[in-house]
Amino acid sequence: MTDGILRLSGLEPLNISDDSLFVNVGERTNVTGSRAFARMILSGDYTGAVEVARQQVQNGAQIIDVNMDEAMLDSKAAMVKFLNLIATEPDIARVPVMIDSSKWEVIEAGLKCVQGKPIINSISMKEGEAAFKHHAKLALRYGAAVVVMAFDEQGQADSYERKISICKRAYDILVDEVGFPAEDIVFDPNIFAIATGIDEHNNYATDFIRATAWIKQHLPRAKVSGGVSNISFSFRGNDAVREAIHTAFLYHAIKAGMSMGIVNAGQLGVYEEIPKPLLERVEDVLFNRRPDATERLVEFAESYKAKAKEQVEDLAWRNAPVEERLSHALVRGITTFIVEDTEEARLKVAAAGGRPIQVIEGPLMNGMNVVGDLFGAGKMFLPQVVKSARVMKQAVAHLIPFIEAEKAASGGKSQAKGKIVMATVKGDVHDIGKNIVGVVLQCNNFEVVDLGVMVACDKILAKAREVDANMIGLSGLITPSLEEMAHVAREMQREGFDIPLLIGGATTSRTHTAVKIEPGYDGVTVWVPDASRAVGVCTSLVSNDLRANYIAGVKADYIKVREQHSGKKGQGPRYSIEEARKHKLATDWQRYVPPLPRQLGIQVLRDYPLAQLTSFIDWTPFFQTWELSGRYPAILEDAVVGESARALFRDAQAMLKRLVDERWLGANGVFGLFPANCVEEDDIEIYADEKRERAVMTWHNLRQQMVKPLDKPNLCLADFIAPKESGVRDYIGAFAVTAGIGIERKLAEFDASQDDYNSIMLKALADRLAEAFAEHLHMRVRREFWGYAANEALDNARLIDEQYVGIRPAPGYPACPDHTEKLALFELLHATENAGIVLTDSYAMLPAATVSGFYFSHPQSQYFATGVVDKNQVEDYARRKGWPLAEAQRWLAPILNYRP
Amino acid sequence: MDSRTQLLKHVLSQRIMVLDGAMGTMIQAYKLGEKDYRGARFADFAHDVKGNNDLLTLTQPHLIREIHAKYLKAGADIIETNTFNSTSISMADYSMEHLARELNFAAAKLARGVADEYTEKTPEKPRFVAGVLGPTNRTASIAPNVNDPGFRNITFDQLVAAYTEAVDGLVTGGADLLMIETIFDTLNAKAAIFAVESYFDAHNLRLPLMISGTITDQSGRTLSGQTGEAFWNSVRHARPLSIGLNCALGAQQLRPYVEELAHVADTYVSAHPNAGLPNAMGEYDETPEQTASFIRDWAKQGWINLTGGCCGTTPVHIAAIAQAVAGLPPRRLAA
Repeated sequence: MTDGILRLSGLEPLNISDDSLFVNVGERTNVTGSRAFARMILSGDYTGAVEVARQQVQNGAQIIDVNMDEAMLDSKAAMVKFLNLIATEPDIARVPVMIDSSKWEVIEAGLKCVQGKPIINSISMKEGEAAFKHHAKLALRYGAAVVVMAFDEQGQADSYERKISICKRAYDILVDEVGFPAEDIVFDPNIFAIATGIDEHNNYATDFIRATAWIKQHLPRAKVSGGVSNISFSFRGNDAVREAIHTAFLYHAIKAGMSMGIVNAGQLGVYEEIPKPLLERVEDVLFNRRPDATERLVEFAESYKAKAKEQVEDLAWRNAPVEERLSHALVRGITTFIVEDTEEARLKVAAAGGRPIQVIEGPLMNGMNVVGDLFGAGKMFLPQVVKSARVMKQAVAHLIPFIEAEKAASGGKSQAKGKIVMATVKGDVHDIGKNIVGVVLQCNNFEVVDLGVMVACDKILAKAREVDANMIGLSGLITPSLEEMAHVAREMQREGFDIPLLIGGATTSRTHTAVKIEPGYDGVTVWVPDASRAVGVCTSLVSNDLRANYIAGVKADYIKVREQHSGKKGQGPRYSIEEARKHKLATDWQRYVPPLPRQLGIQVLRDYPLAQLTSFIDWTPFFQTWELSGRYPAILEDAVVGESARALFRDAQAMLKRLVDERWLGANGVFGLFPANCVEEDDIEIYADEKRERAVMTWHNLRQQMVKPLDKPNLCLADFIAPKESGVRDYIGAFAVTAGIGIERKLAEFDASQDDYNSIMLKALADRLAEAFAEHLHMRVRREFWGYAANEALDNARLIDEQYVGIRPAPGYPACPDHTEKLALFELLHATENAGIVLTDSYAMLPAATVSGFYFSHPQSQYFATGVVDKNQVEDYARRKGWPLAEAQRWLAPILNYRP
Repeated sequence: MDSRTQLLKHVLSQRIMVLDGAMGTMIQAYKLGEKDYRGARFADFAHDVKGNNDLLTLTQPHLIREIHAKYLKAGADIIETNTFNSTSISMADYSMEHLARELNFAAAKLARGVADEYTEKTPEKPRFVAGVLGPTNRTASIAPNVNDPGFRNITFDQLVAAYTEAVDGLVTGGADLLMIETIFDTLNAKAAIFAVESYFDAHNLRLPLMISGTITDQSGRTLSGQTGEAFWNSVRHARPLSIGLNCALGAQQLRPYVEELAHVADTYVSAHPNAGLPNAMGEYDETPEQTASFIRDWAKQGWINLTGGCCGTTPVHIAAIAQAVAGLPPRRLAA
């Protein structure tokens, strides 16, 4: 394609055609042109030097010229170091680089550092044709465009004629002999200083402009560039006049075809806005229009004492509160102000009586979470995240002495928050993500022992023991690594580890971790979706306050994931129902005596005092209802949703108080304890009395059919009740509780005032109160009415964790998925008459804030999911229920493992 | 121009050519153990080698041959050598850097043999061997340690040396063309191009070169941060036979980036996507019909000249893809 477009790139493309606007090449990262930059490089202040580059790009440079030609410098090393540094700064690296040196070896070293398409500045015939061709060939092979100086064996071209003849000769060699793409040639016909007082110099500006026009006309597709600042060299110190000269010169050179130039982007104005008297004098000089042009401009310049324009960076963000500034700096990866901002945040926290660590846990982690979210959403990419981590590190570094001092003051010893051994598992070599996690954790005061890639399991475990690690982190990208991670988990189990195992990497997932890895290891296993979450996870795992709650939350979550997963698929080997029954939970009924309830029969609890229930509320699902994820109470301090969670919680508490005080809702309950025995292996007969002759209900249940490890039974709820033929007297409980009596009245009030917020809030609270009622009543049943756990004393957190003996499964949930059993349950309890609860045609309960179910006391009773069921079980189930097969298939549709 | 190159260019002017599918996915299905990887030759090798798929060219050549044959049978015009990691840099993970040249040579020779067999069977459909130059496991423009952003754990010169060795093996082994693929970091690819060009120059020959980058996620950028067009601008100097994209994404996610390349590239365009995105279990479950229908859409839009599959694709996918693009015109190059 010969469209004549010069195609350059950094992280983004820069295509320069004849129609393009003038391209600014930043000139400040040039040790020969900027004394400030040279000082930074010479003193090794590369952070400052990188800031210069960033500022140029922010100021509009579309390419940045990098020059390290300074006698006191190892130019090659400086070039490599600086290019490598800016390559990791996405807001600099997005533009192409102009690698500028008079030494080819420096240029070549630079070419080996840039992934984009750069421009070489410059090559020429100064050392003859052979060297010129050699350099051009290499430039092509490295994939670079070239600036060709109008320079030959005789020297630099200073006249119009020399300029055009040298450019023509160079062009022919490049295009015809080397095969260099003409669009990748940029001529620099030399811009020299004007108004020097030397008459020979008076035509320098016009010669350049005329040569430019000639090149555009005669050398197809070639571009023209030049170092603009040179032209006003005589006016050093008078920036206002220099700006006017640059602006006017460029205005004319661009019209002649100059497509790019090395300029100080901050020192360019608008041609039309140059004051007329100044412009006239400038153009007199540029075009050599009168003999006294130079004197007139010099004279005018003396008097023209306009104040030099301040270098302005967009610092509007500096006016924001310190928390926002920290977040901005993290998201943008700006380290310039990070120490002063961190210090300000620390002082602010201290003034409020807080501790230095809170700066990390609060604003800094908030910023990192934003970074994580943007990264996850594809709005940031890897290098930026890594940069953000660096900003974080600097902030943390500033805080460490204060944190240490605080510890010293409190007599504590300085130590890391925790120690983690990390590795990419055997067979996998991908470690970028793992390294990022390592950095982020280190930023947060964790000690990271990184074992690298392809690390065998025994090595990981040995190291973890050796350093007494608090946790192990595994990473991997390729699919087989998933199995290796599961292997490591099993080995940890075998070797008796109990420290947390963290799983990360692109192919890992919550489902895989829950289904394939976590079951192999009794210690906690946590999937960490990305680096920004790693800190939260690790902090929770090493914190004495958070750990128990967090682990319980993860475990509960993974159980749910497994249930959903097993509910989804019936893949893998299966038992027939008969075979599955052979693998039932084995209880030696001759050695086990089921506890006798203190009182058999039904008891009704009407208008139960709500005030007794509020302390039994499990708040975590309440936040889930509002789509705020996290465990209560930790969620209130959550970096992302904490603020919303706190606001929501305040509102909830306020409404809860009113609804209790003002009796917005009524709570009714009914429960009964009955003799019961298992029949037909999977059903439970519930009897009217101890004669066990008249069944008042037969509760039909389903059994797991997936093939399980040998020591794991194929469960059915009936397994927790003694079989009739054993002669053992067993018992079961049943209950229905509601906290939604009268809710319609209040809801109507809210709905009338279109107050959705309070309407949803009330429903959510009623649901929580019904669940709290179920929890509370279950506790009373265990302690008082059944009485098998009279001495039980558990606080709410432990109740929520189900640390008691017995379960209360509800029809429609995974252990007993058939909703229709609720009908018999309601008839057993006369729930409608006794508690004011009704069943709909589809077996939903009204009021909605209702919970019903059965009580089991068997010490091995547990929640489980039946999973999907095969046809032979459904047929047997239909027979037991006295249903046609179609009816059974209809109600069990969601869990059928076949297409009826 | 070499006659096989002419033949290749002729076919490309006539129709969309089909590449093969995943090698790793196929190898994984054999569930090989450490012993299988070692074979007789490396039975006493001091380090574990399980997972070193490229080594199978030497230790289980019948298996690699079988996979190539399956793809050829499915309708692939071009098969890719089993050399994704066969550079001294990547092989260092297994302490097998000394095998790099041999692996490339043997893999090219092996593929050449199977391809020729099929060319003989169906002379109207000549088969070609693309010598694969993978990305290596290091990145020349990304700092491995964020606290030292100026540091790199691999240099351009080291990459050039490693790629030169690989190119020598592939070319002498009989590859018809070379393919620099799964490019995460364009600077690595530029080193590969440098090696290839220097090798061609020194040996006074020239094989067609395919270049295929990897857009790592929906940000539309390579791992090293470049947009698709910036990537093209960076490698265009190689005057490749084709520029394209592969891996990381499925065809559905890759669509906008293939379109972008098709609009900016003044050479043939290739695309060989994964079989969708991996599911929660790390498996690819996009069906051959799904993959093929996405690719058929690209062909209908006139965006592609070469297509095939990457991770998760199987001979069934390739057969479906070949069928889906059959008869559809290849993307035309602007005059």
